[in-house]
Amino acid sequence: MVQQKIREKAKELLANKEVDLVIGFGEGSLPLRATPLFVRTPEEADRLIWNSFCDNNLATYIHKLSRFKLGIVAKGCDVRSIMALALEKRFQPDRIVLIGVPCQRMVDRRKVKKAVKGEILRAREEGDQLIVEGNDFSVSLKKNDFLYASCKACTHRNPIKANAVVGDQVDETPLTDPYAEAKEFEKMSAEERWNYFERESSRCIRCYACREACPMCYCAECFVDSSGPKWLEKGLAPSDLEFYHIVRAYHQTGRCTGCGACERACPMNIRLTYMTQKLNQEVKDLFDFEAGTDPETLPPMATYKVEDKQEFIK
Amino acid sequence: MSLKPATLNKKEFGSFLKQVMQTYDVIAPVELAEGVSAYRKIESPEEASLASHNTQKSAKEAFFPQSEVMFRYEKEGNRTQVTSTEEVNRPRLILASRPCDIQAFSLLDKVFSAKEYTDVYFLKKREKTTIVGFACNDPLSTCFCTSTGGGPFTREGSDIFLVDLGDTYLVEFLTEKGKALSQNEFLKEASEGDVARAKKLEEEASKRMNLPVHLDGIETKLEQMLENPFWDRIHEKCLGCGACTFLCPTCHCFDIADEVSQKGGQRVRNWDTCLFSLYSMETSGHNPRPSGRERTRQRLMHKFNYFPKNFQKIACVGCGRCILYCPVNFDIRQAIAEINGK
Repeated sequence: MVQQKIREKAKELLANKEVDLVIGFGEGSLPLRATPLFVRTPEEADRLIWNSFCDNNLATYIHKLSRFKLGIVAKGCDVRSIMALALEKRFQPDRIVLIGVPCQRMVDRRKVKKAVKGEILRAREEGDQLIVEGNDFSVSLKKNDFLYASCKACTHRNPIKANAVVGDQVDETPLTDPYAEAKEFEKMSAEERWNYFERESSRCIRCYACREACPMCYCAECFVDSSGPKWLEKGLAPSDLEFYHIVRAYHQTGRCTGCGACERACPMNIRLTYMTQKLNQEVKDLFDFEAGTDPETLPPMATYKVEDKQEFIK
Repeated sequence: MSLKPATLNKKEFGSFLKQVMQTYDVIAPVELAEGVSAYRKIESPEEASLASHNTQKSAKEAFFPQSEVMFRYEKEGNRTQVTSTEEVNRPRLILASRPCDIQAFSLLDKVFSAKEYTDVYFLKKREKTTIVGFACNDPLSTCFCTSTGGGPFTREGSDIFLVDLGDTYLVEFLTEKGKALSQNEFLKEASEGDVARAKKLEEEASKRMNLPVHLDGIETKLEQMLENPFWDRIHEKCLGCGACTFLCPTCHCFDIADEVSQKGGQRVRNWDTCLFSLYSMETSGHNPRPSGRERTRQRLMHKFNYFPKNFQKIACVGCGRCILYCPVNFDIRQAIAEINGK
């Protein structure tokens, strides 16, 4: 069982002092949730869990913990983020030990909540089924109908790199087109697209959960926080909210691994991942590059070659 | 003073509201997207959405908006024209505010009308506003208002109180301000049966509140804990975003900024949060709260130690929003339990 193997590996790393701490997942306090867990002793490793609710991208914690030797329980997307961060020299290469987990795809709790009437008080997995229970109901749902859009589109569920892999390799055929969201979006007229974007960004409360959840957002000073120059105001004017979301997306060009952490973190259910997905698609088409899949090649925006395609320069 | 309760047929709710809107600016829960709601001034009765549980953003926005213009100014030659924005002209009504949010208003009152400083922006809105409370028939498992001095049917702070009876609402008039609405033609006198049904719903709702969060003595406990190793670990998973504090009905920190253009500008206050590193960053570049440890400590200390010290109340109303919407499942109930165990 994957969970048991994660615990064993974590214990081994901690007992042998190969790492100072292991970052993994612990039992959540709410149904359909797991919570990031920081384990420092072999005994504590028994609190590590693995299930389809382990939806956070743990790579985001590297920034504040890079002074330690870290063990990280990493899904396919976490590994990609970590590889992208390695290229950006965010940590010493020998300071991170990856416990790679081939990912079964994560369950979108918001979709599950919408599917039932009443509050969900308990949830568990049984094979490909999800059993959710409340005070007066118990229903069995097909897990595949309730996955995150980013997980359905994922083509790298197996860790590309890991010091140890726990669990069996999975078939990486995606359940949807990898660029499904971007393609859907492009079907709309310019006006519809703008309206959609305007409506989504108008809910923003500027809590920056998206930025903090994203492993690739680590600027010492985010442009929204800069006061000299002041790029934008701090209120809720639509132009400021829109500016924030557009620039955040553009800063991810060639760096986003499409993990969906930004969207999962948003307390207002803002859905804007089509933007980063579109940028990922462009980078793939123009440079045949996918962030975090190759330990050597720098992202296109961080390098230059004479033979780079430049048809887009008119 | 006491006025008999009335009932309002849900089918006539829109017409009722339309009549109310002739006198009042109505601020009601509005669905911003599927499953996401917040309190907004409505332009038509259909916008109000009373069906859902608690809104994501709390009703504090009605008195303390996330972004509020304090004054505007315009340059005309050598003169500067300043326009005040503090006046509230029309009476306002918050429709269907949950008891937890209403309890939070009374905490915000303490801050914004403290004897050292009274905040005109907050208070003028507060004075002009009638509060229509809305009972929680189905409190969620994340609700713990009964542990923070409230309850799903607590009427304190409401001018009018609504109970959802299925096809109708029971409407109780609790204050003079509330009574002003009693003349609405769509209100019918409630029967004893209606009142009894509301009573039964109240009992059922309070039975659901079965998991108390122990807050007695937490202020004293924390008094000894400023340098406790507890803080070294509790903050670890916190991402340092502002979701919990921005959704919290009691958090009230703000930042003031001048938005300037060539011709003039405005002074704006925006919500801010102790969880942002920039919040405590000093001009020199020194940050007295340099890491998540100090910032998470500040959040919990303010709620359960500093606020009680200043105002004899804890700054939490048990609404559960921070628990429900935290991206990493930081559960304040677990933090409280751990503090109690120290």
